[in-house]
Parts: sequence; C-alpha cells; structure tokens
Amino acid sequence: MNIYDIVFYLFAAITLASAFVVVTARNIIYSAFSLLFTFFGIAGLYVLLGADFIAVVQLMVYVGGILVLILFGVMLTNKITSVQIKTGTLQVIPAILGTALMAGVLIKIFTGTNWHSQMAQYPTKTTAYALGHILLTDYVLIFELLGILLLIALIGAATIARKEEKAS
Amino acid sequence: MIEQYIPIFLVIGVSVVFSMAVIASSKLFGPQRPDSEKLSTYESGMKPVGGVRERISIKYYLVAMLFIVFDIEVIFVYPWGVEFKKLLGEQGISALVPMIIFLVVLELGYLYVYKKGGLKWD
Amino acid sequence: MELLIQAGIALAKILIVITVMLLTVSYLVYFERKISAWIQNRRGPNRVGWYGALQPFADVFKLLLKEDIVPSNANKFIHSLAPFITLFVSFATYAVIPFGPDIKLFGRTIQLALADVNIGVLYVLALTSLGVYGLTFAGWSSGSKYSLLGGIRSSAQMISYEVSMGFSIAGVILLSESLRPMAIVESQYGFMWNALIQPIGFITIVVSAFAETNRLPFDLPEAEPELVGGYHTEYSSMKFAGFFLAEYANMIIASAMIVTLYLGGWQFPYIDKFGLSMGLTAGIQVLSFLLKMALVLFFFIWVRWSIPRFRYDQLMNLGWKVMFPLSLLNLIWVAALIMIFNI
Repeated sequence: MNIYDIVFYLFAAITLASAFVVVTARNIIYSAFSLLFTFFGIAGLYVLLGADFIAVVQLMVYVGGILVLILFGVMLTNKITSVQIKTGTLQVIPAILGTALMAGVLIKIFTGTNWHSQMAQYPTKTTAYALGHILLTDYVLIFELLGILLLIALIGAATIARKEEKAS
Repeated sequence: MIEQYIPIFLVIGVSVVFSMAVIASSKLFGPQRPDSEKLSTYESGMKPVGGVRERISIKYYLVAMLFIVFDIEVIFVYPWGVEFKKLLGEQGISALVPMIIFLVVLELGYLYVYKKGGLKWD
Repeated sequence: MELLIQAGIALAKILIVITVMLLTVSYLVYFERKISAWIQNRRGPNRVGWYGALQPFADVFKLLLKEDIVPSNANKFIHSLAPFITLFVSFATYAVIPFGPDIKLFGRTIQLALADVNIGVLYVLALTSLGVYGLTFAGWSSGSKYSLLGGIRSSAQMISYEVSMGFSIAGVILLSESLRPMAIVESQYGFMWNALIQPIGFITIVVSAFAETNRLPFDLPEAEPELVGGYHTEYSSMKFAGFFLAEYANMIIASAMIVTLYLGGWQFPYIDKFGLSMGLTAGIQVLSFLLKMALVLFFFIWVRWSIPRFRYDQLMNLGWKVMFPLSLLNLIWVAALIMIFNI
C-alpha cells in the first residue's frame, strides 16, 4: 500500500460518506452542504487518475455553478427547512427489485471485465492540450452541438425571467 | 505529474488546520456570558419583524443559471486557447472557425436573454 | 527518502509563505487605515507603538478577548463553518502563485512557488468559486435578514463577475499557450506584459477582482447604510476576525494574480542582460514582484477612498452588460493579434 492508495481511499471515503449524508439528511441545507464534499472528493479522484483538467472543471461547474443554483433554490423557497423531506408513498418492493437488478448488472460488469491492473502513464503536461486538439478536429460536430445545447439552456432561463415580468 | 500535487495537498492541509485554529480560538479566550437579549437577532434595535427567511427574487436564480452556461462556455475556451497557436500552424485560419461558431451561437443566446429583459435589475 | 526531502522543502516554503502572508495581511490593514487617513487629511492610528505600528496586533488581541456570540436562532454548525470556508479558501489559493524564478540552493533547484501545477490558473478559479459558499452559508445560517440579503447578494455578484474574469484569463492563455502560472510569467519577457498587449482584458480583470473581493466600490454584501454589516452582521470575536482576515488575504491574492497574469509576474524587464550574479538577479526579481503587488494593493486602497459605492442594479448591469461583452472582445482582439503579428 503506497501513498497513492492511501490518498485514493481518503478521497473515496470522503465521497461516499458525504454522498450518504446527502440522501439521508433531514435538513435540506445539510444535504446541499455535504454535496459540496461529494463534488470535492470526486475532483480529488480525478486528480489521482491524471485527469487534471476534468478535476478543475468538476469544481468550477458543479461546486461553483450547480450547487450555487441548488442553494439559491433552497433559499428562494420559504420555510423549506421546516418541511420534512419524506415522500408519503414508500414503494418498498419496486425499490428493492430495481436496486437488486441494478446491483446485479453492476456486479456482472465488475467481475466480467478484464481489468488492466498496471498503472497508467501519467501525462506530463495537462490534458487540456489533448482535449483542445480533439475537440476542434475529430469531435468538432459534437463541440458545436454542445453550443446549441447551452443555447437551449439560455432560452429556458430567459423564459423564467419573462414569466416573472408578466406576474408583476 | 502527480508529484506536482503533493505541495497542493500539503497547502490544503495546512490551511484547514490554520483556519480551524482561528475559529476555535474564538471560544478559548473570550468570556462566555450569554443572555437572551444578547443572543437575539440584530435588527437595528427593534424586535425582529416577520420571518427570517423571506422569499427572495427569482432574478438571483436566473443569474446562477446564466453563470453555469457561460462558465461552461469559458471552460471550453481554455483547451482551445492552449492549442490555438499550434492549430493555427496546422490548419491556418480555419482553426478559428469552430470556436467562432460556438461563441456566436452562445452570444445569440446572450442577446436573446438581454432582449427578454433577463439582465434587467430594478 | 527523496519524497520526504521534497515534502520537507514544500512544508518549509508553506510555513514561510503563510507567516509572511499573515504579517502582510495585518500590515495591509494598518496601511489601509494610514492611507485612508492621509487621503482624508487625518492622522489615522498613532497611539499603539511607533506611529501606531503595533495597531494590528492590538486589534487581534482585542478580538481574541471578545465574547463569541452566536444568535439563538442561528444554525450553530454552519455558523462556525462559514468563516472556516472563507479563511481556508483564501489561504489555499496562494499555493500556485509564483513569486520568483527557480533558484539553486545546496545543489538543488528550488522553485519560488509553493506548487507549480499544470493547471494552476484554473485551480485559482476553482477555489474562488468555492469562496462563494463562505459568504452564502454565513448569510443563511445567521438567522438575520441583513445577513441573508448580504449573503445572497454577494454570491450573485461573485458569480456574475467570475464569467468576465474567466474570459479575460482566456486571453492570457491564448498568448502563453499554458495554464501553468510559471509559464505565463515567462511568456511576458521584457515588456511583453499582457497589460500592454491586451489593455481591455486588464481593465476587465481589475474590475472583476474588485467585485470578487467585495471591495468598494462593489462592497454591496456589507453595505453599511442598508445592510448593517451584511453577511457578517451576527459574527463576533475571532469568527469576525476570520472574515476580516480573509478579506485582506483575498486582496493580496487578487493583486498577486493580476501581477502574475497581466503585469509580468516576477519579471524585471531585461534583467538577464545586465550581467548580474544569479542570486542578485533572483533577489531583484522577487523584489520586483513584491513591489508590483504593493502598487496594485495601493491602487485597491486608493479606489476605495475615491469612488462611491455602486447601487446593486448598476453593479449587475456593469457585470453582465459591460464587462462580459468587453472580455469577449478582448479574446477576439488577442486571437486577431496572434494571427496578424504571429506573437
């Protein structure tokens, strides 16, 4: 067990423990808060895998953007913290069936895969170069489609703003 | 490459310890004589009026959504930026075309939000 | 063994940098008060020590001996966590800022930066976005209207200006072809400073830095006349000191980033042509970095006492309708420069 293994288990533990709090916490602000650590742990795992650019993007987009959006959602809503977040209907049997099926598929994949156990060569420069190159050569169509996708998100955002204007 | 990150992890560790020490020291030396007046919420000398967590404008939510979209846009500019000179050498002026299309598409969205009054604060 | 020596050197550098930084922060507060007094034709702090030079320590001891008051309807855990996040972010950010060239000491090459990672610039951006949480959690957990409004305002303000900051950094990256701060500094050899090549980007990043650090004229989160203290209304003792410390530490980081990205970092124009010894060259370069930082910090303080506070709608309009298009224009400007002049 070398130092990388220790760091890996540390990040994995942070990710799993905080993800557990996210789904079990009674107070929604605690859920949002531990989601911060889940994202942080995943970013650490990316760093260990040599995907430095993705690690930072994970922090910038998920921690810097999406979690802020979730927090605003919590704060925009009045007295959300006093509401018990628990659904009235508990579908125990379908849930067990669903998770068992999912777990079965995952275990099958996990045991059936021929894992490459040797350590991958870490890239000496940042992965951003390679990403930039393939995005603008081989995957240029996907890149432009991404632009369209983001455009749709913007139009959706504008629609929300317009609704408020009508109301006032 | 991974060795580069050891100092970063160390800095993060030292910062965590230091910040915790600062926060913990607030309980250490000061007196602790709480009373109900002292612990009440400050509202310019008045008794607090209404609820604490009133609803706030949807505009803030919109700002967060716009931020996510443009943040992702910036993130796609970075890999292109570090490769730009090399791509320019390989492909000439056409290296610029995909990025120009990408930016124009998003700026159309920006103009749409602008025209719809999404950026208007009052 | 090699790994242990590396870690030892790194730890020594970290301790030196943090000590220097804490001293700088406390004296930055002192100089801000002195300069503001000078601008307003007053004397400023002059009782504790020689011309009030021990004032920062007196302030810290005073805050240390104050009672830590947590309002009864506050969320206690998050209330203590918020200043922790703010402080942590402002100290962890310093990891990637280069303050000098590589030097040789006892036969090893030592970098004058805590860490020289490939994605250093993005690391700063990522941690800045983490900094939003300190203020938001502080505002939410205090259980006060002023705090909540201040917290939400500040997070909306910070994310708005982060976009234009990101684009003005992209302009720098186009020229340096690297996300590594050391390489960005090296690409600004001589007078190839980015501030001279891309003035629009320089303006947008300075304005964004003011907004990100919540400094006047953009200190809406703690606008005293309307929000009392903003997000830190309900904080006292060392928790308040934490926010206070972080504000000034953030100022130092912002100025260091501006110097690194746009003002040539630790480069002193054409110093290698003077034929000085290596140690002297490195010394002058570190000093020139500190001097540039001091000038930017002076500019920060000068602006604070010269320009009145913006209104919130003006602030958001400036961010989205002026700074954002300007930073995009800067990107196109840089791309055009590269294509025309091949720089």
